[in-house]
Amino acid sequence: VTQDASGGPPEPQPHEPELPGGAPELPADAEGSPQPTGAATAAPAPDRGPFRGLDRAVWEAISQGSSTVVTILAIFLALVIGGLLIAFSDPTVLHAWSTFFSHPGSAISAAWQSVAAAYSAMFEGAIFNPHTISAAFHGGSFGAIFYPLSQTTFQATPLILTGLSVALAFRAGLFNIGAASQWIGGAIVATYLGFAISLPVVLHAIVCLIGGFAGGAVMGWLVGALKARTGAHEVIVTIMLNYVMYDLLNYLLGTPKALQQPGQSNLITPNIHTSAQLPHVGGPPPQVGLGFLIALAAAAGVWWLLARSTTGFEFRTVGANPSAARSAGMSVLRVWVLVMVLAGGLAGLSGAVTTQGFYHSLNTLSYGTYGITGITVALLGRARPLGVVLAALLFGALDTGGTVMQAATSVPVDITEVLQGLIVLFVAAPLFIRAVFRLRAARAGGGMEAVAKGWNG
Amino acid sequence: MTAVAVTGTRVPSATSRRLLAAGTLVAFGLIDIFVFGLLGHKGDAAFAFSIQGAKVTIPTVHVPARPVSYALGIVSVLIGVGRGLVAAKPGLKRLSIGLVLLFFIISLLLWSDSGSWVSGIPINVVVLLQTTLATSIPLILGALAGCMGERAGVINIAIEGQLLLGAFMAAIVASAVGTLWLGLISGALGGALVGLVLAAFAVRFLVDQIILGVVLNLLISGLTGFFYDRLMVPNANLYNNGPTFGTWKIPGLGDIPILGPILFDSTIFLYLTYAAIILVQIGLFNTRFGLRVRAVGEHPTAADTVGIRVLGIRYRNLVLGGILAGIGGAYLTIGSVGTFNKDMSSGLGYIALAAMIFGRWTPLGGTLAALLFGFTSQLGTFLGSINVPISPYILGMAPYVATIIAVAGLVGRVRAPAADGKPYVRA
Repeated sequence: VTQDASGGPPEPQPHEPELPGGAPELPADAEGSPQPTGAATAAPAPDRGPFRGLDRAVWEAISQGSSTVVTILAIFLALVIGGLLIAFSDPTVLHAWSTFFSHPGSAISAAWQSVAAAYSAMFEGAIFNPHTISAAFHGGSFGAIFYPLSQTTFQATPLILTGLSVALAFRAGLFNIGAASQWIGGAIVATYLGFAISLPVVLHAIVCLIGGFAGGAVMGWLVGALKARTGAHEVIVTIMLNYVMYDLLNYLLGTPKALQQPGQSNLITPNIHTSAQLPHVGGPPPQVGLGFLIALAAAAGVWWLLARSTTGFEFRTVGANPSAARSAGMSVLRVWVLVMVLAGGLAGLSGAVTTQGFYHSLNTLSYGTYGITGITVALLGRARPLGVVLAALLFGALDTGGTVMQAATSVPVDITEVLQGLIVLFVAAPLFIRAVFRLRAARAGGGMEAVAKGWNG
Repeated sequence: MTAVAVTGTRVPSATSRRLLAAGTLVAFGLIDIFVFGLLGHKGDAAFAFSIQGAKVTIPTVHVPARPVSYALGIVSVLIGVGRGLVAAKPGLKRLSIGLVLLFFIISLLLWSDSGSWVSGIPINVVVLLQTTLATSIPLILGALAGCMGERAGVINIAIEGQLLLGAFMAAIVASAVGTLWLGLISGALGGALVGLVLAAFAVRFLVDQIILGVVLNLLISGLTGFFYDRLMVPNANLYNNGPTFGTWKIPGLGDIPILGPILFDSTIFLYLTYAAIILVQIGLFNTRFGLRVRAVGEHPTAADTVGIRVLGIRYRNLVLGGILAGIGGAYLTIGSVGTFNKDMSSGLGYIALAAMIFGRWTPLGGTLAALLFGFTSQLGTFLGSINVPISPYILGMAPYVATIIAVAGLVGRVRAPAADGKPYVRA
């Protein structure tokens, strides 16, 4: 699946010739000559290094830093820095280090314990808690073993959709910082439809989902249309729309005839009808929200769109080179508008799924950080649908684990935001990772293509 | 490639752009006439021009609200129609935009002060402008920081992060050490640190600059939030209980009627802002240093050929800009409220970025745009305080909507320095 999701038809980039498994054809001294960016198998020099065959391929991947290796090293480095932050802001650790020269061992072990406690609480909260197994054998429920993973998929669901939103826009050369505004647009429509109208069970949920998509799509259309018609840069417009929508949500939540729950003075909507709620698949704990499956379906849809459809080809062409796309007869303006409509729709769907699947009502803080985290998810996933899903799962796990960690060790949950930021920063800077880990900087690639355009582009 | 690429996608023609701008201006005029005039209340609006304790008092001015709104609206519509018919010179364009906006604001104030919700309290123009200037300080300094970076060819989206880290460092140092000046310096260093990291990743490691800025903002938001919960909340008295700078009236100048209290009776931050505006404007456009910076921003290869150190200049400019934005951030804590709060920069950095673009990458233009946004947000606060029957949330949208209108309707496609956002790698 990886190959399909990342490849599709040949990318419209001039420097990527068709070279299926090109390594053997290349002369042995081609080390310095221009080489195709791509999989790690392209490295020649059969006599170098102690490894052969598959071993060698793996070694080359590590020593030259393929994109997977860079990602793993980026996550590792981020965890190390996060660990240092956790340790050296802990009063116990700082106290132990004040006597470093008399008791170096206790200082180091205090630091280690502080970090280990935080990270293992995070892991237990997000992936798997060993205690649940022994508990299961002593009369507890087996389902509890899967509780952390279920939570992680819940957290990942909105992130997959906002991540896809940002990723899709990236592929057409647009930087959608406005997933938050589109999320709110979608959530407002879906929630309103959810409590204001009555429909049969399945139909109601579908109507709300479509409404959510449409609500986000309108916000996205606004951005695309403003860019196409007036040239207003999407980065500025989307950022400003985020703040406008925060205020609009507050306004609507405080207006009784709009969204506010009757008889409430708090800023909160009524609960949506049961018919509009998205059920969970599976019993309690080993369960997955239907929203998660919708998000996966959306990822598959985006993959099909980008890799297999004419529209997707136009998106990618415009993203790679707008003037070439224009010369080829594509309407760049139409692509901008269309891609923003779809991207907005995906973010709106995120709002709908979150409301219908988990919270069942909206309040002033419902939008959380889904929009901004969607950007980091898209970047970590290298704007590929499968990558986005994996990145969203990772960040969902960090979010879930972070909450558990804060409760268990009093390390503030903000550390997850730091980790996410560091991971993406390092992933975006493969040259930095190579410099830190002394990898051979043999060729470009392994990093991210320049996806966002400057003000003039 | 760039020239072709840019013209290839440049679709809005000069005529349609002109009509769009004209339409926007006419729309403002129509709002003056129909919303503020027709739906307004009969009676006078009053404007006061002195503050308490001023040496010279100026009498309060009473203005009939509706007729004046009609007149201003009609003039705005005429200006808009004129813009649609004739292609104006840039200077005239700016003048027309400025006048229409001014008329719009006056009509809005007339409407708000003649309404039934105000019991004849005059609008104090001096206080309104005084607070406008104060709220604009971080915006102006942020816009200048953006200018410094982008004129050298590096897009700086991390202004938001620079403000936030500046605010955090200033608060924590001023509170822990108890010395305001050290807080100010630490705030500046916080901004500079972000500038340095930005430069390292953008210039040395060739990271996409827009992505980099967004990620740095996220990172700083997380870091400051982490230390806020870890250090400041448990030890609020020690780490988040900083003193604030008091106001200092400049002797003589501060006593000038109207202008004195607005311009020369404020904290050290406003005076630093004046200095920064002048230094950046002159530095960029009237010195050899500035010529080199602009050469690096427009055509780094050519600059490199004549021996200018492209990367060095980019590093230096980002750090210098970071110092300015850091001071702007310090204003948020030790210049006004004293204590730090999570994500307290609340999008000011992004507005500063928009102000810089609206000001077309010039320090003075960016300053004017920042003042406009500062005024819009202050106006919202002010209208809320006199119980105008508009939701505070709708008023709160004003600066953001104004930014969108500014960027879409009035500025449109902009021209950044040619090499802006492109990493320089020597061939």
